[in-house]
This record gives sequence, C-alpha cells and structure tokens, in this order.
Amino acid sequence: MAASPTPPVLEVRDLRIALPPGADRDHAADGIDLTMAPGQTLCLVGESGSGKSVIAQAIMGMLPPVLRMERGRITLQGTETPPQRSDRFNRLRGTQVAMVFQDAVSSLNPIQRVGRQLEEILQVHGVPQSQRRKRVMDMLAAVQLPDPDRAYRSYPHEMSGGQAQRIVIAGALLLNPALLIADEPTTALDVTTQAEILDLIDGLKKKFDTSVLFITHDFGVVADIADHVVVLKDGLIVEHGAAESVLRAPQHAYTKRLLDAASLEGRAQGGDAGAPVLTVRDLNLTYRRGFFFNRTEVAAVRDVNLTLHKGQTLAVVGESGSGKSSLAKCLLRLEDVESGTIAFKGQDITHERGRALRDFRARVQVVLQDPFGALDPRFRTLDAVAEGPIIHGVPRKQAHERARQMLERVGLGPQAAARYPQEFSGGQRQRICIARALVLEPEVLIADEAVSALDVSIQVQILDLFTELQKSLGFSMVFITHDLHVAAAISDRVLVMQNGRVVEEGPTAEVFEHPQKDYTRDLLNSAPGRKGGLAA
Amino acid sequence: MAERKTPIPLAVKLAFGFLILFVLFALFGQWLSPHEYRATSLMDRLKPPVGFGGDWTYPLGTDARGRDLLVRLAVGAQITLIVAVVGTLIGAILGSLLGILAAARRGIVETIVVGAIDVQASLPIIVVALFVLAMFDSSFTLFLFLIGLTGWEVYARLMRGAVLAAREQGYVTAVRALGASPYRIYLRHILPNVISVALVQFTVNLPLTVLLETALSFLGLGVQSPLTSLGQIMSEGRDRLLTAWWLTVFPGIVIFLLALSISLVGDWVRDRFDPTLRTET
Amino acid sequence: MIGYVLSRLARAAITLLVTVTLVFIFIRFSGDPAAALAPPDAPQEVIEQYRRALGLDQPLWAQYTGYLGRILQGDFGYSIHSGRPALQVFLDRLPATLYLGGTALLIALVLGLSLGAIAALNRGKPIDRAVMGFSVFAFAMPNFLFGLGMILIGSLAFQVYLGGQGAGVLAPALTLGLASMGSYARFTRSSLLETINKPFMLAAEARGIPYRRRLIRHALPNASIPLVTLVGLSVGSLIAGSVVTEQVFAWPGVGQLLVRSVATRDIATVQFLVLAIAATMITANLIVDLLYLVLDPRIRVR
Repeated sequence: MAASPTPPVLEVRDLRIALPPGADRDHAADGIDLTMAPGQTLCLVGESGSGKSVIAQAIMGMLPPVLRMERGRITLQGTETPPQRSDRFNRLRGTQVAMVFQDAVSSLNPIQRVGRQLEEILQVHGVPQSQRRKRVMDMLAAVQLPDPDRAYRSYPHEMSGGQAQRIVIAGALLLNPALLIADEPTTALDVTTQAEILDLIDGLKKKFDTSVLFITHDFGVVADIADHVVVLKDGLIVEHGAAESVLRAPQHAYTKRLLDAASLEGRAQGGDAGAPVLTVRDLNLTYRRGFFFNRTEVAAVRDVNLTLHKGQTLAVVGESGSGKSSLAKCLLRLEDVESGTIAFKGQDITHERGRALRDFRARVQVVLQDPFGALDPRFRTLDAVAEGPIIHGVPRKQAHERARQMLERVGLGPQAAARYPQEFSGGQRQRICIARALVLEPEVLIADEAVSALDVSIQVQILDLFTELQKSLGFSMVFITHDLHVAAAISDRVLVMQNGRVVEEGPTAEVFEHPQKDYTRDLLNSAPGRKGGLAA
Repeated sequence: MAERKTPIPLAVKLAFGFLILFVLFALFGQWLSPHEYRATSLMDRLKPPVGFGGDWTYPLGTDARGRDLLVRLAVGAQITLIVAVVGTLIGAILGSLLGILAAARRGIVETIVVGAIDVQASLPIIVVALFVLAMFDSSFTLFLFLIGLTGWEVYARLMRGAVLAAREQGYVTAVRALGASPYRIYLRHILPNVISVALVQFTVNLPLTVLLETALSFLGLGVQSPLTSLGQIMSEGRDRLLTAWWLTVFPGIVIFLLALSISLVGDWVRDRFDPTLRTET
Repeated sequence: MIGYVLSRLARAAITLLVTVTLVFIFIRFSGDPAAALAPPDAPQEVIEQYRRALGLDQPLWAQYTGYLGRILQGDFGYSIHSGRPALQVFLDRLPATLYLGGTALLIALVLGLSLGAIAALNRGKPIDRAVMGFSVFAFAMPNFLFGLGMILIGSLAFQVYLGGQGAGVLAPALTLGLASMGSYARFTRSSLLETINKPFMLAAEARGIPYRRRLIRHALPNASIPLVTLVGLSVGSLIAGSVVTEQVFAWPGVGQLLVRSVATRDIATVQFLVLAIAATMITANLIVDLLYLVLDPRIRVR
C-alpha cells in the first residue's frame, strides 16, 4: 500500500507500553502494528490482561500516568498524534477519534441531563449555539432512540443500558470522527440488546463513513462485524488478518481456542432419561421491599413447572430480570416460595425445616457466578472444601481427606490446599467452588451463571470439567445461564424464561433448531456469531 | 498488583513513640516525684516550672494549693487513659452488638435499633452527658458509662451495614446451601469478615473519647476532685491562665499530643490494613 | 418521590417524639419534678399546687399526655436560676449563639472547601501533605485548648484580652469552626479525588472536554453532593463545640447557659435546651435529606 492516495485512518507502528516495575510482566503491550483503511472495522480480540484496552487508551492519548508509551508511533489520518495526555489531544478527541465504553450509564455525568451533555461536546469544539440543539436531535434520531425529545431531557439513570449506549454512541459520532473506538460496548448488555447495538454501529459506520476499532473478547461478535482481526495475548499480537480467513483457518493455537469457545458444539444427547429427581409445580415467588410509603413488589417467578431427570442437565436461559436466578434460589430452598411445590425424588420439600432441610442441602448443591465472592477470604482452600462434610457430621480428619481427593479431581494439586482464595485466578476459584459442592456427593448440582464471569478460554475448561465430573459422578444438573452457547454446550434439555415465566421448554437441540416461540427465536437470532456463520 | 512494603512515615513513628512514652508516664510517672498528688503545701503555692523561676523540687511547678503538677499530670494521664480505653471499649462492644443484632434479626429488632441510632444521632453526646449529669449526682462510674456511649451509634450503623453487605456475599449463600446453621454462618464466616470495620472505627473513636472526657472535666462536670484527669487539671488552672500559664499549657499539650498521636497511628493502621477505607482514594 | 418526602418527615417526627419521651422518662424518675419546675423559693403549698397542676397524682399515662400537651402549648416550666420561663431564657441567649455558630460555619465552609479542593488538585505535592496535616491537627486539637491558647497568645503577644465580652467574634468563631474546617478539607479532598476517577470523567476526557471544564462543570458538582451530609452532621458538632467554646470565651450564648444550668441543677432550662437541640438537629438532618432531592436526580425516581 505504498502510494495510497488517502492516508490510513489509523496507523500504529511498533508500539510498546511499559508496565510499572513490580507488575507480573514488563509491558502492557509490545510490538503492536495496526493499520486501518477508511470505512474498515477492525476487531481487537483478547481476554482480560491481553492489553487491548491499553492500546485503545494510547490511541486516545489517555494512557494513565503509570503506563509509559516507551516506543512507537501513532498516526491519525496521516498526522502523528501529540504526546499522551497533552492538551493538544483535546482537539482530536471527538473530532478525529471518539470512544465508547463498556458501561454506558456510568460514562455519563449522573446529575446532568443527557441533552446538555451532548451539546457540551459541540460547544467545546466550537459549534455555534444556534446549531447545537438541532444537531443533537438529529443524532439522537440517527441512533434510533424511540423518543429523542424525551431522551434529550432524561438523566442517565433513567435509561436502560441499551438506551444509554445509544446516547453515548450519538455523542461519539456528533462531530463525525474518522475513527470510532468501541471498547466492549455490548458486553454488559442482554443478547437481544447486544444484537441491536451491533447492528446500529454497523449501520452508522456506513452512514457516517467512519472506521471502527472494536475491542472484544467474543469471536461471535467478530464474526458478525469484523473486516479485519487482530488477536492479542499477553500484550503481543499472536495473529492478524482478514476476518474471513482468520475465522475459517486460524493459524495460532490461541486463536483456535478462542474460536472454539465461541462456537461450542452441542453435546451428545444423554441416553434415556432416568427417574425424576427434582419436580417443580406452579412455583411462584414475589419479592416485597420497602415499608408503608415506598413499598414495591416484584413478581420474580410465576407459575413455573419443571422436571429434572436423573443424570440429565437442564439449562435455564433468559436475560437479566427473567427470574432465572430467583428460580435457582427457590430450588436451593434459600428463598421461601410463595406458592407451589418443589419435590426431591418424590418427596415434597417445599416447607421442610431443621433436620430434613439439612439432609436436603447435602443432596442439592450450588456453584455460583462470582468466583471472587463465593469463597470466604479467610478460609484456606482445604477448610473451605471440607466445611460441607464437617457440617454434616463427618469427622474432621476424614473430611479433610475427602476434600483433598476432591480437589485433585477438579484439577488442583496438593499445594492448593493450604492457600487462600485470593491467591487463585478466577478459573481456579471456580474449581474450588465445584469441589466444595461435589465433595458432599450431591444428587443435584445447581450452577447459577457458573462460567459467566470467566474468560472464554477458561469457560471451555470449566464446562469440560462439569461434563466430565457429571459422567463419572452421575449427578443431575440445573445450569442457569444467559449465554446460549453455554446452554447448547452443556444441556440435554433447555427451559427459556422471560419475566418470571417459562416461555418454552424441550430438548436442547430441538428448541435451538426449531424454536416454537417468537421470544426464543429472537434470543437465538441475537446471539453473536449467528450472522457471521458461527452457529450456536 | 504486587503489594509493596511502604516505609512507616516519620510522623507515625513519632506518634508511636509518644504513645509509648505516654503509657509509661501514666503507669510509672508518679515515681518521678517524691510528692503525693493530693498533698497540698501552702508554702509552695503557684511555683513556676524550672526555667521560669522555679526549682527542681517541683520541676513543672505547683498549682494554687501547692500540689506538684508533675505528679498530678501522671495521675491525670492515668485516669484519662483508663476512661478513654474503657469508655471506647464500652461503646464499641455495645454498638457493635446492637448493629450485628439488627442486621441478623431484621424485623422489629432492626426497627428499634435503627430508631435508637436516629435518636442518638439527633443529640450530641456531650449534650446527653450534660443532661444526665444535671439529673443525677456525678460519680466516676456514671461518668465512665456516659463516655462509653460516645459513638455507639456509629459502630451500630457501620456493623449493621457491614453484616448486611456480608450476608449478600456469595460465600454466605454457598455456606448456607451447604447446610450450615445460622450460628456457624455468623461466628465462622460473617463476624471474622466484618470485625475489622469495628477495629478501624475504634481507632477513630479513641481520640474522640479523649477529647470528650477532657472537655467535660474541663467544664467541671467530669472527673471530680480529689480525683483528677488532664481535663480536670486544666479546669482548675483556667482562672489563672495569665498568671500561672503552666497549669493549663502542660496538660493541654499532653492532651493535644495524645489525641494527635492516636489519630496519626489510627490513620496509618486504617490505610495499612483496610484498603477499602483508604483516605487516599 | 412523594413517598420519599413523607417517609423522611415521618422519621423525623418519630425521632423527635422518642426524644421527648426519653426526656420525660428521665425527668420523671430522677427526682421531684414539681420542685424542679416550680419557681425558685416557692412555698410548700405552691409546690403542692404544681404537683397537682403537673398531675403527679394522676396515672403515668395521663402525666405523659399532659407533658406533651404543655410542650405543644410552649410551656416548658420555669428556670430556677432567674425565675423566668425557660423558653424566654433560651430566646435571650439565642442570637449570640446564632451569631457565633453562623460565623464559625461560614469560616469552616469557605476555608475547608478551598483547602480540600487545593489539596485534591495538587495530590501528593507538599501543599497536599500540608493540608492533610492541618486536618489531622484540627481534628486532634481540643477546642478549649485552642481557645485558651488564643487568649494566652493574644494577651502576651498583642496585649488584647480575647476572653471577655466585646472582644469580637473572630477568635471564638475560629475556635469553634476549626474541627469542622479540618473535616471539610479532608472530605472535600477525598470526594473530589473519588469523583475525578469516576468513569464519566474519563468519558468526558474522551469527548475532548478540556481539563478545567471537566473539573468545574463535572467533577465539582458531583463531588459536592455528599458534602451536604457532612455540613448537616457538623451542625451537631458545632452545637457540641459551642458548649465548650462559649465557656472559654465567656460568650453569653446558649452553650454557656446549658453548662451553667447543669451546674446549678436548673432542670427546666436543661430539659428545654435538650429538646431545642434535638429539634434543631432533626430539622438539620431533614433539610439535608430534602436537599439531596434537589441536588441529586438519582434520588427523585425512588
């Protein structure tokens, strides 16, 4: 591309960003080369700690003072950018390069109306007052907000995550920058909203002739929108190329792992369903909060029926607020149900107390979403895993022995036993949590978003662990997730929830291939990667 | 991020040093002087300290009744120290228990505790103390108890919040699901994780207790003669501020340095051991 | 939003009622209220008359409602000290205290906020350390000591006696406001630093908004919201501090009246002052809660 008539929108050459001394490696990013032609979408893919956000910060001139740009050159439309954090950068931000972040609501000033904040962008870049309002309103219409007038007058907290992200995108594109950097802009959103925002960015890119540098960890998203892909690991580029070729024929092992994670194969259907272990009939749960003047009621679970058979895995999928986690709490008897029954192997345990409840607890166990909060920071691994058996009357010594064996089974060596949870990574902690649940030899395991907080390549490992342990130990599983890929990978049957109700239920393959209900169809079509051919 | 050891700042080292000296002085200071702290000597009234016209018989001078200021300071320091530590402990234990109880029991218990916190928060402790002292005869026990009320509502509020937050943690849910009894959950899991909140508040409250004790004694409503405390010595010397300055200046400096040292050490402990409460954001 | 206002009002009313009840219980069980509330040197039959008037021969419940009734009518008994109604005694003293407390609050606010802001913007530099040092100093300095020190230095170095009436409001106001000033400075600093690191400040930078504008238009308004709470709380510490400060500077205000009334066991006056202080602080907290409503749009939805 020697004598190209228009210079590239973005060119990064041999960028090296140093980490302060004492960090676990010496660079945040090293040897980074990027070139973006006008109108292109480049996806920067990597897991946490890969350095992808740091590169974006450097392009914005907003590297935090502790990180130093040690080497390299960044040019925007053929002009080299000023030094990091210098005042001259302010003129480029918004006009030449703009950025949107993961959490849109918190990237807006909470006490100022949205319209005012958008007009301010025009104001500081010298647009006369007379034109500002019109330009903002036009842009609010362009990001397809249902009621631009209302949005203009709203405060950030009055909007949903998706609406707020539209506002932030509107602000980024107000001055028609040549480059839009989007740092995981859809990660915090529900799948259906995520699909809408991805469509919107793609449409606006064409409409405003903007290039997009899209940062993500999800190859599904890459498949949907990318022209080019750069894969990062530990601050280094491991693979780059046209999206099609990288997706079709990944060269680097790491890329293959990430791709596998985004296109999880459906699992082989388990043979005959065994006897029912958990049966739920007409379950209802309503949360009541507040008192007298500010009382609120939320119907979390409404008329839910389900049956879990022995050795089977039932996935419960739904977006946030669908009631799936409340359902899990009911199944675990952590929340008192309002009406309906829960039966464990034919025995009604809906209102059991005392000894009977304790026996039930030994047989139905849980693995929670957040592996950081799920372990008491003051308990060593061995004590945490042995606590269950000790509670249920196993002598201390035997309990420790069982815990040790279980830790080995989940892939943690003997040296893990004496360490505290803070010393482990997220994936390792989740292994400890699984060991803690399974050491009681439960018949049912309830996993509540058990892999959602993990990096994709770790997700695959943990899902494999679940499957393998289930095969050898024979427990049944209720797997609660918002992620359809995960549901497809792990479950025999799937149950789709929306607003506390069951929308659809059936064998996983059948539901995913021939959804009967519109809502299920929407969910499936929104899943990233669908459009780009990475079928779920 | 790897944790790096930061050196102890000089101010904190000095504060530590002063606190050690203060405790030693409170314990053994009486032996520095041959006089008894209540012994009056009309011949030696209002003797100035050494260097201001006094001599080594009374290194820090004497008061209006000829009592040795040095030995009175030692006894006063002792009483101030006892009142501060015991008073702070009373408030810490009382407040923490109420806060934990409110969070653990919810319902009517919580309503009552929260209401009591509101009531206490609407009256400065010094006003409560004055009100009670107007009603009842002042005694050392009553005074100690009143000092003990200082800040109980802060402990209660903090501990209630901390326990409620801890209950939401995943590990509590997980341990509940293991079948642990409420006692086990509270004693083994929740309390060990929230106790640091109370310990940090203790370091904040201790200097406040010192200041309240000395203020009340200064007003003549706290520690009563013949017993003495740093505030009480100042109170007696107040009317002779311009003629016998040493009677107010010496105890005043000790009170100030004491409160200052505890605050400095407390801030340091807080920054060091509880990063979530860091004063440096 | 109306629910929020109503629940705050109800909470304030309940708190006040509980305080009044506690005061009633204390007075009722600590001695002879008739003797305490009757004018001084009243003959025995007058006290008897009072006893009947106070209804001490009636059941406790009737006594309590009677007590509440009298309070609602503004009858708080008589001061032994002067023989005048406690309310009147209080009102005579109030202007002096308001003058002193108001000046102290003003000094503390202006100096505290600017010191805190300066420290935050020069984080880690010597001036920041100096301000933080000052705030620790202000916190640990007993106000009676600071007041006496000012008097001592004033008379030795400048031949001015600050301890008497007519010496001006500045010295006592500075003494009274010192602790609040220190906590405002500290709090402003940490609140501002916290706000500066919020995601929306980073996002504002990414939109090309210059530093000064980000600071003044975005950081400061957000950082000052929690300060409202602190100012509300410091009404309490100002009242507490004025008790001691007025004593040191012989300032003829409510604080001095309270100390004198306690020393002379002037129960009627003490009782009234306690109720007045509680009412003031409950009102201050209520105002803080309602101010939040105006300042922070996030609360309005609740």
